[in-house]
Amino acid sequence: MNSAPAIEVSHLRKVYGSGHTEVVAIRDATLSVARGEIVGMLGPSGSGKSTLLTAMALINPPTSGLITIGGQPVLDGPRALVDLRAFRRKHLGFVFQKANLIPFLTAAENVQIALEINDTPPPVARQRAMELLDYFKVAARANNLPDALSGGEQQRVAVARALANKPSLILADEPTAALDRALGRQVMELFAKVAHEQRAGVVVVTHDHRTLEVFDRILDVEDGLINSRANRPISASSSPT
Amino acid sequence: MNLAIRDIRHHAGRFAFTSVGVGLLLMIVMGMGGIYRGLIHEATLLVDRVGADLWIVQGSTRGPFAEVSRIPANLEDRVRSIPGVAEARRFVSHTIQREHHGQPLRLVVQGLSWPDDQGDWVPLVAGRALRQAHYEMIADQSLNLPLGSHIRLGKDVYEVVGLTRGMVGSGGDGLAFFTVSDALAIQFDEPGEAVRLERAARRARVESIDLGRLQPLLLDRAAGLSSSIPAFAEPQVSAVLVTVQPGTDVDSVRRTLGTWPDITVYSTPEQKDLLLAGMVDKARRQLGLFRALLIVISTIIIALIIYTLTLDKIRDIALLKLMGARNGVIGGLILQQSLLLGAFGFGLAWWLGQYAFPHFPRLVLIVPADLVSLALIVLVISTLASLLGIWKAMRVEPNTVLAA
Repeated sequence: MNSAPAIEVSHLRKVYGSGHTEVVAIRDATLSVARGEIVGMLGPSGSGKSTLLTAMALINPPTSGLITIGGQPVLDGPRALVDLRAFRRKHLGFVFQKANLIPFLTAAENVQIALEINDTPPPVARQRAMELLDYFKVAARANNLPDALSGGEQQRVAVARALANKPSLILADEPTAALDRALGRQVMELFAKVAHEQRAGVVVVTHDHRTLEVFDRILDVEDGLINSRANRPISASSSPT
Repeated sequence: MNLAIRDIRHHAGRFAFTSVGVGLLLMIVMGMGGIYRGLIHEATLLVDRVGADLWIVQGSTRGPFAEVSRIPANLEDRVRSIPGVAEARRFVSHTIQREHHGQPLRLVVQGLSWPDDQGDWVPLVAGRALRQAHYEMIADQSLNLPLGSHIRLGKDVYEVVGLTRGMVGSGGDGLAFFTVSDALAIQFDEPGEAVRLERAARRARVESIDLGRLQPLLLDRAAGLSSSIPAFAEPQVSAVLVTVQPGTDVDSVRRTLGTWPDITVYSTPEQKDLLLAGMVDKARRQLGLFRALLIVISTIIIALIIYTLTLDKIRDIALLKLMGARNGVIGGLILQQSLLLGAFGFGLAWWLGQYAFPHFPRLVLIVPADLVSLALIVLVISTLASLLGIWKAMRVEPNTVLAA
């Protein structure tokens, strides 16, 4: 990847259904997230933020508009310009409201699998997984199954998994919703740390106003439209629209 | 990282329980094949063991096992006169059902040509072969007649002097070896009243013709023993077994015997073919069809199990897709689980069969070749069964994770 923005979305429009049942989820969204920038996406339910996030995650193609990730055009409307699954594997990381760890894999294996499906040899993947768990202070629980981990530990493992392949873009959907305030804050600070230290673009959909101060920029989504506002000065350049 | 094994490890109890179900089903499939092999083994056992080169039976019949054959006992003397014949033995075979200790007892009576054939070729697990012309028998263990026990058959009592194991007829009934004369006595035993009525009938027939009135001695003879009437035929046996001299061409002896119009000659392989093509063939086809049906049922059951296991993992599969896992990783997970289920089921079927099959009333013979072929069948059906689960997994959208 080069120094291009982590993601650029240009005139994105998403329409569900047709005719009388047509619902416009996103009218005209244009945004850019720089590397090293952490962006919060706020909006009421049904505002289109989840649709926008899934479109950016390359799992819900837009009706029209262009999505470019790391300078590489990947979706032109519903048309894929690259192998989307391979692209996700190499360049994107995901974190969800629930940790969504694979229940039959240990904490270490949950991280390791993300590396192995990206063709990392198992011994190297294991070592990298342990380093990440150590970084997020859950190395002691490496051999525990998700059921045995607390909510905070699970979410930290999920963040470690999202970072395993050093993605240029991390997308998070309400990652603190299931956590208490302290844990929620801890996770958000992790994202900020990752964005700033590992130079990844991070987009977080959230309703949690208690953690807004970690974001460099806020995207307000309402009725399928986006308004961008600076939250605080950021270390990396950004191109708000 | 092998996802299939890790998932199985996580759900070990459920997988074990499922494997037991599949294993029992495969044990039935395995058992069907074993019963078929057992049928063939039992049907051809005697033909294999008796050690004859040629079987002489009644003309135009396929006896003595596939149908009734009656030939004169003295045919063996005619056969001995053929150049190249080393030995000719009378052979009697018929099945009887009697009552013993209040239980029905079915046994296949085999008559040995005493004194030439005393049953020394019969594989014994206890006791000895026949050593006197009458009132001794060799019994198979399946008849539950202990060594030294006595059993009344007809008017005589026979002592069990030898025991065999696994010597049964094509119907699964245990073999019992007697001398030919004892075997015939058992076969043609008649109650005293029937004998008296027969003699009276003979006397009445003779009295009704002029010859009877003119020859009073003939009347006396007619009322006497059947064996004392020269006009009555010699006792008849089921077959005469021929062993040719070493170095003699069996076919040349057979060609000579084939010119006799009152008999039919079969080689040992032909005798086996008669048994398999006639008596066993329908049972074999029946078992084959059941087996095919069970294999189809097994495939469907494994497919449904794998499909259910896939549905249980649908979120995890969607997550793997979201993370960018290739189809091969996801398909491999399902295929490997299906193969492991089949392999565990097969192993369990084999293990359980070791304990269960010996208790079946008929021989269940599991041969290595059948095990290998069943293993290949399990491999194929496990692969086929995984297709439904793989199809479902391939249709899962990655955003299922977010929707949930």
